[in-house]
Amino acid sequence: MALLEVDNLSVTFTRRGQRPVHAVDGVSFSVDAGEVVGLVGESGCGKSVTSLAIMGLLPKQRGLRIGGKAVFDGTDLLQLDDRSRRDIRGREIAMIFQDPLSSLNPVVPIGRQVTEVLARHRGMKGEKARREAASLLERVGIPDPTRRLKEYPHQLSGGMRQRALIAMAVACQPRVLIADEPTTALDVTIQAQILELLKEMVRESDTALVMITHDLGVVAGLCDTINVLYAGRVVETAYRRPLFANPRHPYTVGLLGSIPRLDAGRGERLTPIPGSVRDLLPWADGCAFAPRCERQIDACLGEPPALVPGAGGHAYRCVNPAPTPGSVPAPRAAAADTDAVPSPDPVGTEVPSSVPAETDAAPGPGPVGADGKEGPA
Amino acid sequence: MFRFIVRRLLQLIPTLLGLSILLFIWLRRLPGGPETAILGERGTPESRAAIRRNLGLDEPILIQYGRFMKRMLRLDLGVSTSTRREVTTEFLQRFPGTVELTVTALIIAIGVGIPLGYLAARKRGRFLDHASVGGSLIGICIPVFFLAYVLKAIFAENLNWFPSSGRQDPTIGATRVTNFFVLDGLLTREWDAAFDAIWHLVLPGIALASIPLAIIVRITRASVLEVLGEDYVRTAESKGLTEAVVRRRHVLRNALLPVATSIGLLAGSLLSGAVLTETVFAFNGIGAFVAESISNRDYPVLMGFIMIIALVYVLVNLLVDLSYSFIDPRVRVR
Amino acid sequence: MTITGGKKREKLDRLAELSVRDDERGASLWQEAFRQLRRNPAAIIGAVILTIFVLVAVIGPFLVPYGPTDTIGIREGVVKSGQGIIPGISGEHWLGYDHQGRDVFSRMIVGARQTLLVGVVATMIGLAIGTLIGGIAGAAAGLGGRWGRWVDSALMRFIDMLLAMPSLLLAVSIAALLGASLTTVMIAVGMVSVPVFARLLRGSMIAQSGSDYVTAAVSLGVSKRKIALGHVLPNSLAPVIVQATLTLATAIIEAAALSFLGLGNPDSATPEWGVMLADAQSYLGIRPGLAIYPALGIIITALGFTLLGEAMREALDPKLRK
Repeated sequence: MALLEVDNLSVTFTRRGQRPVHAVDGVSFSVDAGEVVGLVGESGCGKSVTSLAIMGLLPKQRGLRIGGKAVFDGTDLLQLDDRSRRDIRGREIAMIFQDPLSSLNPVVPIGRQVTEVLARHRGMKGEKARREAASLLERVGIPDPTRRLKEYPHQLSGGMRQRALIAMAVACQPRVLIADEPTTALDVTIQAQILELLKEMVRESDTALVMITHDLGVVAGLCDTINVLYAGRVVETAYRRPLFANPRHPYTVGLLGSIPRLDAGRGERLTPIPGSVRDLLPWADGCAFAPRCERQIDACLGEPPALVPGAGGHAYRCVNPAPTPGSVPAPRAAAADTDAVPSPDPVGTEVPSSVPAETDAAPGPGPVGADGKEGPA
Repeated sequence: MFRFIVRRLLQLIPTLLGLSILLFIWLRRLPGGPETAILGERGTPESRAAIRRNLGLDEPILIQYGRFMKRMLRLDLGVSTSTRREVTTEFLQRFPGTVELTVTALIIAIGVGIPLGYLAARKRGRFLDHASVGGSLIGICIPVFFLAYVLKAIFAENLNWFPSSGRQDPTIGATRVTNFFVLDGLLTREWDAAFDAIWHLVLPGIALASIPLAIIVRITRASVLEVLGEDYVRTAESKGLTEAVVRRRHVLRNALLPVATSIGLLAGSLLSGAVLTETVFAFNGIGAFVAESISNRDYPVLMGFIMIIALVYVLVNLLVDLSYSFIDPRVRVR
Repeated sequence: MTITGGKKREKLDRLAELSVRDDERGASLWQEAFRQLRRNPAAIIGAVILTIFVLVAVIGPFLVPYGPTDTIGIREGVVKSGQGIIPGISGEHWLGYDHQGRDVFSRMIVGARQTLLVGVVATMIGLAIGTLIGGIAGAAAGLGGRWGRWVDSALMRFIDMLLAMPSLLLAVSIAALLGASLTTVMIAVGMVSVPVFARLLRGSMIAQSGSDYVTAAVSLGVSKRKIALGHVLPNSLAPVIVQATLTLATAIIEAAALSFLGLGNPDSATPEWGVMLADAQSYLGIRPGLAIYPALGIIITALGFTLLGEAMREALDPKLRK
């Protein structure tokens, strides 16, 4: 059994007089000790809400319903009472958030924000706690840590703040670390450093890491397993290499295809996924991605596609997935012909279309990668 | 830090100067002229003419202003036309009463207001929240003197739970040390005197506290609501800290910052309210005397007291400004 | 090629339809705010109270059963205040007599008009003077360069001096200069609210001077005066209106306080709720109603203005709009 197993997690928000919003709609994944699992998707796909639900950090509101299970070491986290949750948080499972400046208490010195975790879960007080805090800060690469203990968040740089948050998260050597877009708000050069740091910590202490991001570049360098989320469901899950080499779900294909490449020829246009996250079908009516999908066929509408497990742990939720390698991996494969032949695995029937121009007129923002800084999911 | 304080004090000077000029003009414009400020309305024409000559009112304005300022700096504020004592004396004798009343009101307003505002924010949308918000809105809209009268009528005259006037029961024969009655009682260990003084402070204190209480509840509630939605509270929760620690170190320490600033701004409404409340309860403080001097046309007192109060008010605001830099580390000058 | 082209166009049309949602249709600030207000129960209550108040104030005096200054009770021999006899609610006098034998109900109705007048005039004074000073200061500071900043500084010093006193004492000082009358009260209360409006408008002007559209206009050569009057000023209107509504509430209450202190009209013939309340204090033991009716009037009206004002502030605040 995996260290953390999320089983059919669902989070629904209902407001008076409006349709319920299924932010998370049946997400399942698992993480083992020492494994790095990625949750990838655009803003609004539910990845952050998933992590908050697991940690029990969703603000209690009237229309909030959480379903499914999140089993950590045999205990379903979603069924715990408040005190048990607080015991586990910070000690067994810890979280790192996206914006380091707003995630730190502005009027409390950094040292105190670290020692309070030590005091709570390891009973450390006074000088002993301070020394441990300083060594933690040093471990995450903050220079002159003893001086930093007394400083306030606004006196640190963005990268140092995130390092400090990481220090607070690992202070009690948690077995699971959830990182929610930890580098999105940072400069690109700092991003690399932080990711390196996370990689090190995972290797050293065999921590399980759940990496939430919209940036496939981050995922490529870090994750062992990758779950691609769309509209609150996992639409593809695979190990790293197979996912990048052979994405099956058209959404994943689109994500990969939309990344600007250095080796693309001059004048080659960027190929975003048409439409936006708001243009979706409810899963009950079919595949949520259908309105934006060029591989859409009639079978895509009417019933939600199931997650089809494939070879080597590679699963996808699509009735007309992209072809396995052997056919051309161009992003604009076979636009028109797919209407005529509804088939689950149309290998060999594809004819690459040659005119991508019209799709550029489609509205909607460029997804993953086009702009590095998106809001929280 | 020190330089910061000095700079702020220096900025004060033009304001005070401006105030003094305004006051000077105000004095000369009073019905009856400046001699009224000294003699009151009862001076005979001869004495008035004498005063005019004495004051050199035929002299150029600047010289008159100079004399005026000299008098001010000597703290010579004239003589009350109703009590025939020096204005400064009257002030010194009465201000302890107002201080005790104001402190009582602040204790009530803060002691009830902050917890109530916090609870209203925590239990948002529920009965306590709506009741607090509604109550505070109504509280701002009730004239203080009316509230004072209602409290007096119900709790003092009708139910007899509290005394209806004065600062202390004269039959106790308390010893006077500082003129702060409660303090005096404590210092001289005359516990009954101290208790009696406190008892006299309850009703006027509640009346005076009504508006500050309402304001504090609203600001605390709004501030706590805002802080509760902040990311760093979520971080604190994710660390598994106990609810008490999160509340104390993360929520309140941030939420109370704007509340603290507002408390400084409440000084104005406290002083205004004191005038009204003291009158209703015949509480011997500065406020009541100001009200009396209005009806007595006791201009020396009116002018003198208003000047002193304005000065105090300005200084209080300055103190609040300065203290803000101690409370909020982000504002601290390096 | 044509077949595929047509199908693509169809798909795009469907996509285009999906992307146009109801909530994306552009709405001006006022329309949005009004829509939000309509759903806000506090705003509705406030508006209802105000409508009733204004209606009573405007039409009421024509419909009152008795003259507000008519000392009927004394003539009839029914009211003997000196002996502590003041009849209360009765069939003919719905709220009874007051200490001078006048019909309280009629006085309350006519008093509504007087009270509204006091509130409106005081607020208008504060608004007119305050926005003038604040507008000049703000425009000078934002658009006037070094000279402008100096002007702003000087004006703000003056405003600070007005703020250097607790409001009631400021009002008292002004009233002391002018002698006791209702007009005095209106002017005094009005002057007290000047700094608030001045600060408000100045702040708004300065904030906008830094915004992009102003910079663009300036660089295009639009005259500074046109920018200030034609663009910046209208944009600052919203907070001023909100503040005016709130000030109306406090103006009525402060006017009552001044009357209580004896600075209102010494001739209590003209009914105004604040004056009525002040007069009634001496008769609280005999007939508390004399104080309670005008007090309730003041409280409810002030509450109405405050509810509406606060609701408007929330509706117009871009930060709070979601």
